[in-house]
Amino acid sequence: MSALAVVAAALQVVCVLAGAPLVVGGMRQVRARLEGRAGGGVGQPWRDLRKQLRKQQITPRGTTVVFAVAPAIAAGSTLLIAAIMPIFALGSPLDSTADLFGVVGLLFLGTVALTLAGLDTGTAFGGMGSSREITIAALVEPTILLAVFALSIPGQSANLAAIVSATLHNPGQVLSLGSVLAFVALVIVIIAETGRLPVDNPSTHLELTMIHEAMVLEYAGPKLALVEWASAMRLTVLLTLLANLFLPWGIAGADPSPLAVLLGLVAITVKVAMLAGALAAGEVFIAKLRYFRVPELLAGSFLLALLAVTASYFLATPTH
Amino acid sequence: MALHFSPAVPELGEGPRAAQRTRSARLSGGLTAALGAVGLALGLSVIFGAPRHLQIAWLLPLVGTRFELDPVSGVFIAVTGAVSISVGIYSVGYAQRERWARVPMAVLPLFVAAMLLVPAAGSVTTFLLVWELMAAASLILVLSEHRREAVRSAGIFYAIMTQLGFAMILLALVVLSAASNSDAFTAIAAHAGNLSPGTRATVFLLTVLGFGSKAGLLPLHAWLPRAHPEAPSPVSSLMSAAMVNMGIYGIIRIDLQILGPGPRWWGLALMILGGVSAVFGVLQASVATDLKRLLAYSTTENMGLITLALGAAALLSSSGAPKVAAIALTAALLHVLAHAAFKTLAFLAAGSVLTATGLRDLDKLGGLARRMPVTTVMFGIGALGASGLPLGAGFVSEWLLLQSLIHSPHDGNTLLALAMPLSVGAVALTTGLGIAAMVKAFGVGFLARPRSGAAENAREAPLSMRAGMVVAATACAVFAIWPALLGPALRHVLAALSTVGGHAAGPQLGTYLRLPGVAGSLAPALLAASLLASVLVALGLSRWGARHRPAPVLAPLWASGSDALSPRMQYTATSFAEPLQRVFDNVLRPDTDVEVTHFAESQYLVEKVTYRTRQADPVEQRLYPPVVRAVTAMAQAVRRAHNGSIHLYLTYGAIGLLIVLLVAQ
Repeated sequence: MSALAVVAAALQVVCVLAGAPLVVGGMRQVRARLEGRAGGGVGQPWRDLRKQLRKQQITPRGTTVVFAVAPAIAAGSTLLIAAIMPIFALGSPLDSTADLFGVVGLLFLGTVALTLAGLDTGTAFGGMGSSREITIAALVEPTILLAVFALSIPGQSANLAAIVSATLHNPGQVLSLGSVLAFVALVIVIIAETGRLPVDNPSTHLELTMIHEAMVLEYAGPKLALVEWASAMRLTVLLTLLANLFLPWGIAGADPSPLAVLLGLVAITVKVAMLAGALAAGEVFIAKLRYFRVPELLAGSFLLALLAVTASYFLATPTH
Repeated sequence: MALHFSPAVPELGEGPRAAQRTRSARLSGGLTAALGAVGLALGLSVIFGAPRHLQIAWLLPLVGTRFELDPVSGVFIAVTGAVSISVGIYSVGYAQRERWARVPMAVLPLFVAAMLLVPAAGSVTTFLLVWELMAAASLILVLSEHRREAVRSAGIFYAIMTQLGFAMILLALVVLSAASNSDAFTAIAAHAGNLSPGTRATVFLLTVLGFGSKAGLLPLHAWLPRAHPEAPSPVSSLMSAAMVNMGIYGIIRIDLQILGPGPRWWGLALMILGGVSAVFGVLQASVATDLKRLLAYSTTENMGLITLALGAAALLSSSGAPKVAAIALTAALLHVLAHAAFKTLAFLAAGSVLTATGLRDLDKLGGLARRMPVTTVMFGIGALGASGLPLGAGFVSEWLLLQSLIHSPHDGNTLLALAMPLSVGAVALTTGLGIAAMVKAFGVGFLARPRSGAAENAREAPLSMRAGMVVAATACAVFAIWPALLGPALRHVLAALSTVGGHAAGPQLGTYLRLPGVAGSLAPALLAASLLASVLVALGLSRWGARHRPAPVLAPLWASGSDALSPRMQYTATSFAEPLQRVFDNVLRPDTDVEVTHFAESQYLVEKVTYRTRQADPVEQRLYPPVVRAVTAMAQAVRRAHNGSIHLYLTYGAIGLLIVLLVAQ
């Protein structure tokens, strides 16, 4: 591992930290324009974060340390994922620390921390949000792991760098049946995991339909800033993952030159911007699903992932 | 020493008896822990040393007893020993607090001794003898609070089902022993190749059912969620963390080692049995509201995962992929160890809650984090292990299991192409629901505000109970962060299991876990360290702008618009699990009735709504009553022969003897 690979990995974390609020801002702006509103501008989430971080720290009475550290665990686990996965360069020094299963585990660790925080408040809304969030998470897990399985078949490994380089070496497989099915399954899963429409509406505070927002209702000021930052980073990291697993072109190699890193940065920015734009544009046309219809959607995505794996098995050329 | 005046004596006038109880508790717990330490040392010495055997001819007439120790028995002896150390220390305090009678105190070390002997047995007769000793000792312990009706019912259930399992094992081992004309396991193993396929299949099916019943696998699992919650908590720990492993040991020893390698359907059968048990167990756990019942169903879940891994190892090794089979086998063994650690801890912590509040019902608990901080942390570590998340004890073994499932060979083998994706789906669903179940147990039971007076007045457990939990928590931390410590031991055990891929180079457990032949790695310690670092970075980020902030304040929570927040506004375990119950309605089939009472004046005004829901075990409800009815009908038929006449009974005896003599001729 070269020194530049380490620098590139550190740079990935910084870029996710700085870019995540911009991704959310961009998505809101696309939505606003399509709905005929002026919108707050791409930088609005950053201005909100700055405002929240300067507010007074308010601790709700009767909450424990779980409530206090949950936002940091959610944000920290996402930062770690940003350091492990290939965003604009392949050779992250942490790549062999955890493969895609480990990354999924870290993602769930963040979810569990916030769910426990919701229960820790002991309010009706906290419990309601936690219960809904964990139900969706439990049903998302099978699809995610099966999609990981499908993706790991061509590269014979679940390590992220190995999957990405397998796609780089053999670009044709992106259009294989297994890969396309896995892509659709992962998109549904990412929508569910990040609480976007039609699973959850991130801009609602209507008590009957809130999921994620109900869970974090008691957070205020700097802690709320961290929660929102974490959820923006989660969205960004998952979109980046989607982009690099299926369209890895432009990413720098394991031993990159500064120019390659810069090229990788530009490439991933374009890819994430396009994915986020498409997601936001799609959200304009759909309404939120009734909560008890969400499992049907997730069961559908599970089936797609299962078909993806079986298709890869039967259609893959035997390696032995 | 003026012991009588010490404040430790609980009630006036009971001084001598309390002092007596303290002495007995120390003796019983100390003996249990000492036996555990001996077992751990013996197990480790066998794993790393040469196989040993011991024959005591006078102990049993005709055949004698025979003990044989190899690395496979060593690992199970060591696990049982380690669990017993923790439980022994814990039970010193527990027995005093719960005022145990003498019988359970005396039987506790006996139970541990019997469990340590089961993996050591080297012949059919010895094995059956110690197996029954273990079953009988555990039954006495389950019945220690026999004055409660629920305990008696659980005891009867347990006694019948454990004997049913025993009968199957007995039949299978007798068939095996007769077919190979020998009593010793080594001799049977040497002859196993000459057995007819029919005999092998019969023995396989009977042993899998019999040992599966001990391990809590479907369909003979129904005793487990009854007996484990009703037993005293140290006993629940021993049963759920150590005794169920004996079922797994039986499957490994008889089916995989002595009879194996079997045909491909054996592996497939084990995978299906394991997968179904895992998913069913975790579904029941995710809707359970009784803390100990939840943990008991989680045992079924984890034993299912282990069986799935064993089945995958058998299937893969018979499909010509010994290296991947070795990964699956390592996953199974590591999960046995990890499960023992986190389940011991979780049951001991549940026991602390039970002694402090008298409650197992999650709907009435809550707010223990402030009242019992040590117990809360301990349960948290156990629950993290059980949920299979990174930094938890169960993560590494589940990761290995998934790796073995996704790396099966791609040679157009239809069976593997269907079995492996479905297994990954089953394992993933199990993990997902397991997370939900553990979040519920920890979040509803220990966080938030107390939902009853008993939970409000909870006090922390005494020192010995906390010490026992710390021992188990240390083991959990080792499995979660530094599994490399177990690498050498697992290599020796694997080498002894050549029939299911053990001879192939297994995974290397170092700082990085590396897998043979496939590119995949994991570094639990580095992952933990970097996660800690990134959480600190995130905490640092939230300090940004801190100098502009006014001083922090405490504020009341939002009570949804009403004046004060009452504990009744909180979500309970039932309401927390309600979405899952609704999603899996077809599998769980809960009994729900809603009664609406209207005011007499108007049909439009509702006076009260009664909502009642009861979660029974659907498999038990469907499968058991027909069997019980059939057995009752047969018993009625046989009853006609019992008319009370002594002459008739003597005739039966004579005829029976004649038949035996004729057959023996």
